[in-house]
Amino acid sequence: MMKWLGLTPFAVYVLLFLGVPAVLAIGTGFFGPDGSFTFDNLATLVDPVVLGSFWASIWVSALTAIVGAVLGALLSFALAGAKPGGLLRRAIDSAASVLAQFGGVMLAFAFIATIGIQGIITVLLRDSFGIDIFENGVWLYQLPGLILPYLYFQVPLMVIVFLPAMEGLRREWAEASATLGGGTFTYWGRIAGPILAPSFLGSLLLLFANAFSSYATAAALISQGSQIVPLQIRAALIAETGASRANTAGALALGMLIVMLMVMLGYSALQRRAARWQR
Amino acid sequence: MSETTPHAGRPRAKKLPSPAATVSGQAPAWLRRTIIWVIGGVFLVPLLAMLEFTLRQHGGGYGAEHWLALIDPENSRMYRNLLKGIGNSLLLAVITIAIVWVLFLPTIVLVHLQFPRLSRLFELLTVLPIAVPAIVLVVGLAPLYSVIVQLFGGDIWTLALAYGILVLPFAYRAIVSELQGMNALTLAEAARSLGASWLTVLVRIIVPGLRRGLTSATLITAAVVLGEFTVSSLLNRVTLQVALVEVSKSDPYAAVITSLLSLVTVFVLLFVFTSIRPKGSRSSRKKKKEVGSNG
Repeated sequence: MMKWLGLTPFAVYVLLFLGVPAVLAIGTGFFGPDGSFTFDNLATLVDPVVLGSFWASIWVSALTAIVGAVLGALLSFALAGAKPGGLLRRAIDSAASVLAQFGGVMLAFAFIATIGIQGIITVLLRDSFGIDIFENGVWLYQLPGLILPYLYFQVPLMVIVFLPAMEGLRREWAEASATLGGGTFTYWGRIAGPILAPSFLGSLLLLFANAFSSYATAAALISQGSQIVPLQIRAALIAETGASRANTAGALALGMLIVMLMVMLGYSALQRRAARWQR
Repeated sequence: MSETTPHAGRPRAKKLPSPAATVSGQAPAWLRRTIIWVIGGVFLVPLLAMLEFTLRQHGGGYGAEHWLALIDPENSRMYRNLLKGIGNSLLLAVITIAIVWVLFLPTIVLVHLQFPRLSRLFELLTVLPIAVPAIVLVVGLAPLYSVIVQLFGGDIWTLALAYGILVLPFAYRAIVSELQGMNALTLAEAARSLGASWLTVLVRIIVPGLRRGLTSATLITAAVVLGEFTVSSLLNRVTLQVALVEVSKSDPYAAVITSLLSLVTVFVLLFVFTSIRPKGSRSSRKKKKEVGSNG
């Protein structure tokens, strides 16, 4: 029995700082400003503005996940032959980590400096080519402005999660295919492709979840309005009106969690399939 | 190998065209190199744009004006909040790393050695902070922290308790993949049978063997904490990222310079520390595969 004691500190900590906040976050959605139990706040979730922000969150996440996954897979494919401890691999591993796990707010600044109103690309295109990328309004600080900065962390995340699968391809499989007369297309279409498919789809879902839950880049870029769900939660949390808005934040959090839950369930199912080939 | 020496791969690819590519299952070297350079080049643009932006002078032309302004003592009042944010973030990084070492590491090792049956459940638990995004968690952290402030005051260190949860998935992956590769159970049993205490096993057997996993867990923890914005901004704490957004409203140059410096510094740290590897390349290859499912 003594040895169970060793698990107690961790269990208490996780309960306090993950369990309690998670329950509180969802729980507040079911209480009214007067503290009574109610389903009223859930009506927020079908409010047209909120529905619109869910839809916006979902399509920005889906778009950047798909493009990010394709580009990241391409990069992984190119990197798979590089020596694991080599200079190039280390540089790319480190860069991917910085962009995917550290960037956030700073990536927003990077894009303001690149394609902001005074950004170098904006100015270059305008002065040298006569192309005004903001002809129809400054979209960088709107929903479409999220796409490029998001890709800037999605592609690196794809490299982090997909490269190991790519490296898991055994040389013997390619050789076996070649021995039996299979060409490049046979190999990729009928051997490597099907083996990589679950990993690829799993990584795609992870990228979706990553963009869907991302807040920092959007918050630094968009100060006007709440086009995506995390910004809706910001608006609800910092609103002056107090308790009732906190309950709205709770309902929004619940909505996000439902989407995340579905995505993560799909991810773990695919991960199990992918694991077969990674032993 | 061929990537580092640009000329080495090209003639080889010509001599052995598609059959070689098919056999190894890899694309020809020129194609691989093109993909890396094109995507890598595009990814460098925003960083170069940041550099260009910070070098713009007030009256046109380029110079170090804005860089000098940042270290000018006369402006120190203006950047006081930024300095405070940097200090706070560094402190939070240190405390969160301590949580990883003192709380997570022993628990992960304990589960691995003593409760292998719990490891699936444990793994699921460590994935939860990814499934429950920070922006959702903060909705529940807000009321929790109003209690914490009453109990412990509003000091910045309390934020590290929430950060521990945010880094748990990354720290766990880094540590556990190394643990699986080092045959910890046998080593621990050998040490125990020679009379070593549980603490001795942890400190003198497990930790030295986990050096690389712990290094990467520590680095990723530092990176996540220094880059954290969601929780700190919505709980009204001044961290590096919160101060950056604040200062960017009045002085975008200072914000971009600081961002660029932070990105480069963290990159260099990761690059330098991941290059310090123990010799046996066999174990490092084996590990690479599992570290992957990171996210």
